[in-house]
Amino acid sequence: MSSIAVKKGFGAILWEYLTTVDHKKIAHLYLMGGGFFFLVGGLEALLIRIQLLKPQNTFLSEQTFNEMFTMHGTTMIFLAAMPLLFAFMNAVVPLQIGARDVAFPFLNSLGFWLFFFGGVFLNLSWIFGSVPDAGWTSYATLSLASPGHGIDFYTLGLQISGFGTLISGINFLVTIINMRAPGMTFMRMPLFTWTTFIASTLILFAFPPLTVGIFFLMFDRLFGANFFDVAMGGNAVIWEHVFWIFGHPEVYILVLPAFGIFSEIIPTFSRKRLFGYSSMVFATVLIGFLGFMVWAHHMFTTGLGNVANAIFAVATMAIAVPTGIKIFNWLLTMWGGSIKISVPMLWSLGFIPTFVMGGVTGVMQGIAPLDYQLHDTYFIVAHFHYVILGGVVFAILAGLHFYWPKMWGTMLSEKIGYFTFVFFFIGFHLTFFIQHFLGLFGMPRRVATYLPGQGLELGNLISSIGAFMMAVGAISLVYNIIITVVKNKKVGNDPWGDGRTIEWAIPSPPPFYNFKQTPLVRGLDTYWIEKTEGKKELTPAEPLSDIHMPNNSFVPVVISFGLFVAAFGAMYNPLNQVGDGKSWALPMLIIGLLITFGSMLFRSIKDDHGYHIHKEDLMDDEGGESK
Amino acid sequence: MTNEHVSKTNVREQYEYRRKKNAKEMKLQVVTFALMIFLTLIAFMAVGFSEHIPVKFIAPFILLLAIIQVIFQLYYFMHANHKGHELPMFYMYCGAATAFLTILAFCTIVWW
Repeated sequence: MSSIAVKKGFGAILWEYLTTVDHKKIAHLYLMGGGFFFLVGGLEALLIRIQLLKPQNTFLSEQTFNEMFTMHGTTMIFLAAMPLLFAFMNAVVPLQIGARDVAFPFLNSLGFWLFFFGGVFLNLSWIFGSVPDAGWTSYATLSLASPGHGIDFYTLGLQISGFGTLISGINFLVTIINMRAPGMTFMRMPLFTWTTFIASTLILFAFPPLTVGIFFLMFDRLFGANFFDVAMGGNAVIWEHVFWIFGHPEVYILVLPAFGIFSEIIPTFSRKRLFGYSSMVFATVLIGFLGFMVWAHHMFTTGLGNVANAIFAVATMAIAVPTGIKIFNWLLTMWGGSIKISVPMLWSLGFIPTFVMGGVTGVMQGIAPLDYQLHDTYFIVAHFHYVILGGVVFAILAGLHFYWPKMWGTMLSEKIGYFTFVFFFIGFHLTFFIQHFLGLFGMPRRVATYLPGQGLELGNLISSIGAFMMAVGAISLVYNIIITVVKNKKVGNDPWGDGRTIEWAIPSPPPFYNFKQTPLVRGLDTYWIEKTEGKKELTPAEPLSDIHMPNNSFVPVVISFGLFVAAFGAMYNPLNQVGDGKSWALPMLIIGLLITFGSMLFRSIKDDHGYHIHKEDLMDDEGGESK
Repeated sequence: MTNEHVSKTNVREQYEYRRKKNAKEMKLQVVTFALMIFLTLIAFMAVGFSEHIPVKFIAPFILLLAIIQVIFQLYYFMHANHKGHELPMFYMYCGAATAFLTILAFCTIVWW
């Protein structure tokens, strides 16, 4: 296995990506897939804002508007934010813990392809002409009444991509528990690894409820079941509960890794260790724990009763405490540090006040009586965009600049990065700050238009202008990426100069086996400790020896494709609610499942022992170029 | 190999150690098994004497016995008491807590 750089053709590169089980290549795939869906979701957001630009606009019809905000929400949460975070987890976590790959490289690849085919299936609804239109929450009262196959694209697509997320979550749990380098105790793990660990735990416990809920809805609509049909003795409120038992931990699944990214960036550019490391870990665990007992605060107006509302209101406000701990720790990390304002640091500085604002409005909504006023208004829209955009997307953009050199070996332009930040940040606040007031003025969310003369014109105009500024920011980022790829100017191990954790001690991008010798971890901020002792490399924990590597595999693509085919079969089966069952549907469902289970069987009975990189080859290898 | 002799005695010692340990474990398993049968008998008896004991007592009582049975099963027959099972057990408890919370919520605010 020589790793001398050889120029490969496009077909070879494509095949490499289709079959790869290398966590760094899978990170690339997640970044490209998530980035694509991020642009799609952003385009949908722009269309929504154009429709709301002026009163009684007819740019989108009511139906199209419903479809637009449903797909915007669903795409952004499931197909953009989560995969983009998985991109960073895949790229960084194995390196941060000194591992050569994740625990189950095959499953890692399977997780990506399930997400990809699920996302493609969901978005094929635009081509088939019946698009999900019941909101990203898809409440059963509404979604059961939806004509056409829109909701079926939602249930089947999310089911497939949800399997992928669950698989990836379990994979990271096992990786972090079992594959830490010698000396890397739990309390020496970098914060991004910790938050990935807790987020994966939340995935493990939160995704099964989603799977079950979506199965109920799928069977109600496609196979004549009556889980949510009140007339047949079902209970529509159960969907709301099951959805939010998943849905609330989901927002922590998103925001915890985002916190982790900021907890890496802020110490790096303050050139000071993270303030209150153990309290940060404690706060992360506590947020994960509390995240499971607050779901009903999304349902205060459902009519659960005063006692239930009060319990969930108090639990909700309790989450402000660990989050506050984190905010103060970040501030105190910067205090007295030698701060360097780079693009990732700029995003982090923008994140802190933005997220605090989103957090404060969150506590306001936690007050159940006030929530009766705020529920389903633009106040809510403003709140969750402040936390999800201001928290998660800022983290993704910060992480994109911060980890770009480690993922691709080049550096994104700082100048264009500042431009992106200024436009996106100002555009963001312009779009969403005013929406708090639109909500308080009584503008309901998810309504396609509004009347003139109700004091809503100016606010909506400002909001739409802000959305366009964000679009300019996003386009400048795409331009930045393109010119960086074209220039292709390689950088060294530690391009920021102040890297603290293990990943900055190895080449950018790392060789495909990551570490010639597993590093010895002598404390928190491993690489920083070595640097203070004047060393340029990590202390190895083992002698140089052969490395065992897994073989590439095309099977994950086939498994996922089988489910994709089966989903079409399920959708057009003769029992479906829409009543356009096709005779070919059942055979298609069976064939799809046969492809999936057949390829699983093939994988199980075929002996694949992988291969070894020999010691002699490792010694020759300078280790700059991946395979 | 020079240390062949050493490793041979090692193997022997390990074998003895494992034998002793297995014997101890076997004893525990038999005791637990007897206890479990006993608990099952009590559960049957509780239902059998339902004329004399209020039903409101029997149902939670049997559930309690069931929980004890599950714990016996996990710890003595599925070896959760062995070293190295702490994290899996932690996750099992987290999962059980989540499921319990969900069922509790459904019983109190959905199906009241």
